[in-house]
Amino acid sequence: MATFVENLGRIDRRIIFIVMALSVVVPLAMRLSLPIPIGEGPSKDMYDAVEALPSGSTVLLSFDYDPSTMPELQPMAVALSQHLMRKDIKIVSLALWPMGVSLGNEAMRSVADSLGKEEYTDWVNLGYKTGGGVLIVRMGSDIQSVFPVDYDGNPVGDMPVMDGISRLSDFDMILSLSAGDPGVPAWVMMAGDRYNIPIGGGCTAVSAPQFYPYLGTGQMVGLLGGLKGAADYETMVRVGVENPPAGTATPGMAAQSVAHLVIMLFIILGNISYLAGKKKKGGAK
Amino acid sequence: MRLVIPLMITFVAGMIMILQFFVPATQSMGESLQEWYMIVASAAIFLGAINLLNVHIHKIRFKAKNWKYSPVTIAGFAVMIITGLFLGIEPGRPFDFMFTQMMVPMGATMFSLLAFFVASAAFRAFRANNWRATLLLVSAFVVMLGRVPIGAMIWSKIPGISEWIMQVPNLAGQRAVMIGAAMGMVATSLRMIFGIERSYLGGAD
Repeated sequence: MATFVENLGRIDRRIIFIVMALSVVVPLAMRLSLPIPIGEGPSKDMYDAVEALPSGSTVLLSFDYDPSTMPELQPMAVALSQHLMRKDIKIVSLALWPMGVSLGNEAMRSVADSLGKEEYTDWVNLGYKTGGGVLIVRMGSDIQSVFPVDYDGNPVGDMPVMDGISRLSDFDMILSLSAGDPGVPAWVMMAGDRYNIPIGGGCTAVSAPQFYPYLGTGQMVGLLGGLKGAADYETMVRVGVENPPAGTATPGMAAQSVAHLVIMLFIILGNISYLAGKKKKGGAK
Repeated sequence: MRLVIPLMITFVAGMIMILQFFVPATQSMGESLQEWYMIVASAAIFLGAINLLNVHIHKIRFKAKNWKYSPVTIAGFAVMIITGLFLGIEPGRPFDFMFTQMMVPMGATMFSLLAFFVASAAFRAFRANNWRATLLLVSAFVVMLGRVPIGAMIWSKIPGISEWIMQVPNLAGQRAVMIGAAMGMVATSLRMIFGIERSYLGGAD
């Protein structure tokens, strides 16, 4: 007869789903807040790299994601836009993913409106073009041949934000918020390595480990990994700002903390049950 | 002849793309090919749309498995195209409303469902049944705690250990995978350029 401990390994998955849902919903509903410790790491490196850019620099911001990864990447888009615009750094944005255009536009427009930045002078959204890596290579020699007009159909050559920008090497930094391919690897290989432009970026937590080799070789100046990276950046961007706007990543970290603990608890329960069953079998022999 | 022409195109295009890095005279040809690629890739979007309609109309006509979802797919496709083309895509328009109020939350919901499956799968499959699995389990726990603020509250050194796991063992493993994949990509590309690998032609021998 199976003991209680052995039965722990047979918990119905519907119970797991309910506990998992509660572990996310309850901290969010209770507005549970945890302090975000900022130590040395890729998030801090990313912030320092952007902070080191002088005012008047121009950064290319690529929105390479879609709504499915928005909860992790959109807070990064907002926090990065805030940091760049507050430092009077011009943003030229585009998207290698079709749905990234609207998401990027939404993030930049909300920040620009709150900081009084003007479209076409301080920032512009060039829109989406297919091609991935090939598109990046073409932009390396001539941006206007790929994007003659912006997302709204205005000629790119007439915009003040594009003054002095004709090819990729004219940018001071490229930032990619990436949910897959094309994304960070394409920018590193086709732009960073080829034209020696500093590359930074953000990605989902699940894909962050695969970008660590680029950090190790210095091919990337920093990386925001998942909701934690977004929360780190939100926290750093808020320092020294009066009445900073509330971000969405930082409150999410409490829910993620509880969810991680719940997953670990289930793994421990599963293993206790497994070891108890193994011991019983060993005893029976 | 049906096989020779595509193989020739692949060989010439592949060689130009390689030579442009070494022979300046071929650089403009390489740039032209890149533009062609973008045009062909854009055309593929229309092909994809036609194929989507074709597949779902076929499912409805022959009442294939789960055919009841196909009218919904076609209706969604048609509504997005018609509203986008005729009413514009600017903020406040129906297209933008459907994108921000329907597609965005539905997309985020789909990805969020992963948390439930990860929890269930980890509970059933993550077993410390040998020392290697135990090592993996311990590393996973440290990284999971290191990625959330509660990890530092439990023990201040956890985030540092988690970062070390990411920057040393993980980096070494990832680099090995990347180098292996890159070598494989070079080998496959050369096989395609020289006509040895022909599966991309649709299984022609």
